[in-house]
Amino acid sequence: MKLRFRIHLPKTTIVSLLAVVFGLIAGAILILATGNNPFEGYSYLFRGGLMNIERVGNTLATSTPLILAGLSVAFAFRTGLFNIGAAGQMLFGGFCATAVGLTLNWPKAIILPVMMIAAITGGALWALIPGILKARFNVHEVVSTIMMNWISYWVIYYIIPAYFKGSYLETESRQLPHGASLKADWLTHLFGGSYINLGIFIAVAAVVATAFILDRTVMGYELKAVGLNRYAAEYAGINVNRNIVLSMMIAGALAGLGGATLYTGNALSMQIGVMPSQGFDGIAVSLLGSNSPVGVLGAAIFFGILYSGKGFMNAMTRIPPEIADTIIATIIYFAATSVLIERALGWLKQRKRGA
Amino acid sequence: MWTIIQQIFPYAVAFTIPLLITALGGLFSERSGIVNIGLDGLMVVGSFAGALTIYKLQPMMPKGAVWVGLLAAMAAGLLFSLLHAFACINLNANQVISGTAINMIAYALTIFLARNVTGSGNIHIVSGLVRKDVPLLSSVPVIGKLFFSQTYATTWLVLLILVLSWFVIYKTAFGLRLRACGEHPHAADSAGVNVYGVRYIGVMISGAFSGLGGAIILVTYSGEFTGNVAGLGFLALASLIFGQWKPLGILAATFFFGFASTIANVSQVLPALAAIPGVILKVFPYAVTLIALVIFSKSSQAPRAAGEPFEHGKR
Amino acid sequence: MDYVVEMLNIRKEFPGVLANDNITFILRKGEIHALLGENGAGKSTLMGILFGMYQPDSGIIRMYGKEVHISNPNVANALGIGMVHQHFKLVHNFTITENIILGMEPKTGLTIDIKSAAKRIKELSERYKLNVDPDAKIEDVSVGVQQRVEILKMLYRNAEVLILDEPTAVLTPQEVNELMNIMKSLAAEGKSIILITHKLKEIKAVADRCTVIRRGKLVGTVDVAAADESQLAEMMVGRQVSFKVDKQEKEPGEVILKVENLSVLSNRKVLGLKNFSLEVHAGEIVGIAGVDGNGQSELVEAITGLKRVESGRILLKGQDITNMPVRSRIRSGIAHIPEDRHKRGLVLDYTIADNMVIEIYDQFPFSQKGLLNKDSIRSYAEKIMNNFDVRAGQGADSAARSLSGGNQQKAIVGREIELNPELLIAVQPTRGLDVGSIEYIHKRLVDQRDKGKAVLLVSLELDEILNLSDRIAVVNNGELVGIVNASNTNENEIGLMMAGIKKGVEA
Repeated sequence: MKLRFRIHLPKTTIVSLLAVVFGLIAGAILILATGNNPFEGYSYLFRGGLMNIERVGNTLATSTPLILAGLSVAFAFRTGLFNIGAAGQMLFGGFCATAVGLTLNWPKAIILPVMMIAAITGGALWALIPGILKARFNVHEVVSTIMMNWISYWVIYYIIPAYFKGSYLETESRQLPHGASLKADWLTHLFGGSYINLGIFIAVAAVVATAFILDRTVMGYELKAVGLNRYAAEYAGINVNRNIVLSMMIAGALAGLGGATLYTGNALSMQIGVMPSQGFDGIAVSLLGSNSPVGVLGAAIFFGILYSGKGFMNAMTRIPPEIADTIIATIIYFAATSVLIERALGWLKQRKRGA
Repeated sequence: MWTIIQQIFPYAVAFTIPLLITALGGLFSERSGIVNIGLDGLMVVGSFAGALTIYKLQPMMPKGAVWVGLLAAMAAGLLFSLLHAFACINLNANQVISGTAINMIAYALTIFLARNVTGSGNIHIVSGLVRKDVPLLSSVPVIGKLFFSQTYATTWLVLLILVLSWFVIYKTAFGLRLRACGEHPHAADSAGVNVYGVRYIGVMISGAFSGLGGAIILVTYSGEFTGNVAGLGFLALASLIFGQWKPLGILAATFFFGFASTIANVSQVLPALAAIPGVILKVFPYAVTLIALVIFSKSSQAPRAAGEPFEHGKR
Repeated sequence: MDYVVEMLNIRKEFPGVLANDNITFILRKGEIHALLGENGAGKSTLMGILFGMYQPDSGIIRMYGKEVHISNPNVANALGIGMVHQHFKLVHNFTITENIILGMEPKTGLTIDIKSAAKRIKELSERYKLNVDPDAKIEDVSVGVQQRVEILKMLYRNAEVLILDEPTAVLTPQEVNELMNIMKSLAAEGKSIILITHKLKEIKAVADRCTVIRRGKLVGTVDVAAADESQLAEMMVGRQVSFKVDKQEKEPGEVILKVENLSVLSNRKVLGLKNFSLEVHAGEIVGIAGVDGNGQSELVEAITGLKRVESGRILLKGQDITNMPVRSRIRSGIAHIPEDRHKRGLVLDYTIADNMVIEIYDQFPFSQKGLLNKDSIRSYAEKIMNNFDVRAGQGADSAARSLSGGNQQKAIVGREIELNPELLIAVQPTRGLDVGSIEYIHKRLVDQRDKGKAVLLVSLELDEILNLSDRIAVVNNGELVGIVNASNTNENEIGLMMAGIKKGVEA
């Protein structure tokens, strides 16, 4: 369906854009209500994310785990599953990469791919259990992935101090050496000292790969069929259980990779007792991006700008940084209730026609 | 062994009660047909509203502030849950996504507002509820010490709500209609039951109860609002499933979690338990939940229409 | 003339379809009035308005001469209107009593007075000969009993106008007769009955007058006694309809499908199919007749591989396929037109193109080395759409969801036939379709038979079975009751067999 604007956009994109607008408006009202100037606030918010090349680099780096978490949730969603467990998968996958990086002493060109493979494997394994539970026992993946999140949390909580303890803090792992991290000097220089790293390339590659798998491959066809109508898939001879498990594993692998970018790229150590919020933001990113890989990319970068800029906004005004989180949450609410927006759009169309 | 149980018991109960009331709230919502995974966020909202109210009122009315705070928490939870109700009932939004949105908004908004009150975003209350002995009953040998000594008033409130809930769901007309809406809303609709109205009530009850749950944590063992309830809302959801959507089942499930978590928390202090690796004890409740979900998967008593959008007049 | 109900100039529009276009319907006291129309003609909508489930866009309703506004089912109930729906509206884990009193529960104080309710229900059931056990749970009783519960729901609410929406779909011919007797006695007591149906035989058997609706418009109201079936059919469809299918005599060939002593569990963990044996030859149509839920689903699911077999064997052209996975069976030559086109037949959110290759997407030319070839897929789908008269807004790129029921079913039939199977299984292939599509699909099924394929037809419409089949196997309670030749049997005999009474035994 196309609306008669100057640009032709698919309906879902319009809905997402409008959700963003409404979220920003809601944020503005909130800023006003606490006695601050929304224009000033937003100006600092966006400048904080984009003002100079270093900040742009930081925004991209912040977006990187969000892209991968968003892909994880989006992939699962396209194949009929709610992956609320991205956070736990990120933790575990990130841990696997960190463990390899801290243990093996290989040249960067070799150890980095190995670390990424470890992250992918770890994330996939962590999602395997909810996948099997869903396929064989029809256990709803929302509850099982949430349980896996907490299990992951506590496993990391104990395993890091036990084997990888940092020299300074009880609650942190050892620092990764530069030769086992995603940081690249040329990239850091290019972006004026920002903490951007190779992770952004991994994320973009993942976007392309996910889009390709979903749209052009036999595997994607099967996974989507199972997600959209498992009974029809079964009738046609597609192995439903196998595909549910496969789907969760791929989603877990993507999240695990996101964890690697978070803990071996953006940061160089892992902290215990922290559940990576990016895992949950992935749900928001996926929703806003209409569960499509390209949409996820766009939404993640937008969130990256907000998160990257909120500190600057807080420094220059008295607005608490949680405004960014509130805006994002409100956007999600509007995206979730997109029917309202669709109806409003439909009502607008009627007015134009009838009048 | 017995002394260990005696020592842990009050802590286990204190952990169980907020879980129980929240799970009861979830029960009403799901029985009416609306899946509500926003229980965690609603608890946070209750914790925030309670903390704010008590913080402001305590200097003025030290005696009653706590109870006003609990009331405010219920009201806040109820109002906040309307967001979920509207999205799911009127707009037929995906209920899992709406619940997730509720959680996100709750976490972000409460900290944002709290920061405007205290710069750090944590609201500390000076005093919460005090443990008291129940008159007469606490003198009963054995069970007196265990059940009726050093209890919080809110414990008894919640247990009373449990009994009332059981009565309402199984013995009243409203309960029959509630269950019908969750199993076969079209049957209820054509019998003249206002499905939308019943579902609104179900969600609002879940909001009020979860808010109360969050505030109870505040006034019993936590003492301050920190922006989250350590995922207790999700544990309540698991208890709901574990308890097979029945009030007594939920009581058993939440009590189990209460005990398991308390044991994990105090394991360092008790020599008998100190030998077990901490990670096993911490992970234990979650792992058991997974196992229970598998065991109950075949005979699941989930309300059949829970999670499915309902449109009046659609066949 | 006392009119109980007058619905005058009713108009109701849903998005995209004008369901009722200026319809006038008048019900006299004590009559049985049939409302006749094809699937999708607008009958259920009209009665939904009468029952308060929808509001008319324009038009008025009068009861006993006075204008009324029926804004919801409660108001309808209060006015004495009751409705038994095609898909029962019963809560599976409530008792019969709880289902009947839902919405008007008798109370003592705060609690429901179950005892007095059960007592009243027992009285009603005895008075109207609708025997039920008030304490039984709905999920434990048979479909026939469930229907009685639905009728009791109306009588409990003192309904004077009873609307029955396609009540006989789930009954044996004998149970249908019982229902008709119940209807006649209710009418004799002064109740007025509206019978929504598309079954001409039943209208002739029990109705006084008949109103015919076609594509949302009123065609006319006739006295049933004065009209014959073909007149009614012509009014319903708008042209001459021949119910007979052109079938040449054909000699059946080799055995394609052999089912040997097959036993299969139903969804309720008991045997749904017991020791069933059957053969289907090339060039013949074997029809499975029986009341819904007597083992047909289990039989089809076992043959197609969707359900495990407890004991017995299934042989396709001599090869044992009892434990073969679904995909292998499809490759071996089995095609299946499923009972539920939305559940099993199509992925509604896929395009028609993607749906047409759902069994063969992993084969050349539709894919190669794991990559899909979208052009081949599209042209294959277009071929099927051409050959089988499937109409869709955007051709093969239309979402399956956007097609009408008839076109969806034709697409499925086309897809399965295009697989060129040895064995074609068709379950309820014309359910919910308009007469034009029904004729078309019947022709194609006979076509397959004439080409030498083996066809297994499962249907709840006895007419369809009798018209199309060469041989008919009747199933009751999971067991094979008997196999007869279509040419020398009749509805009565089949009806008795469906009820479990074997051929040659006095009823």
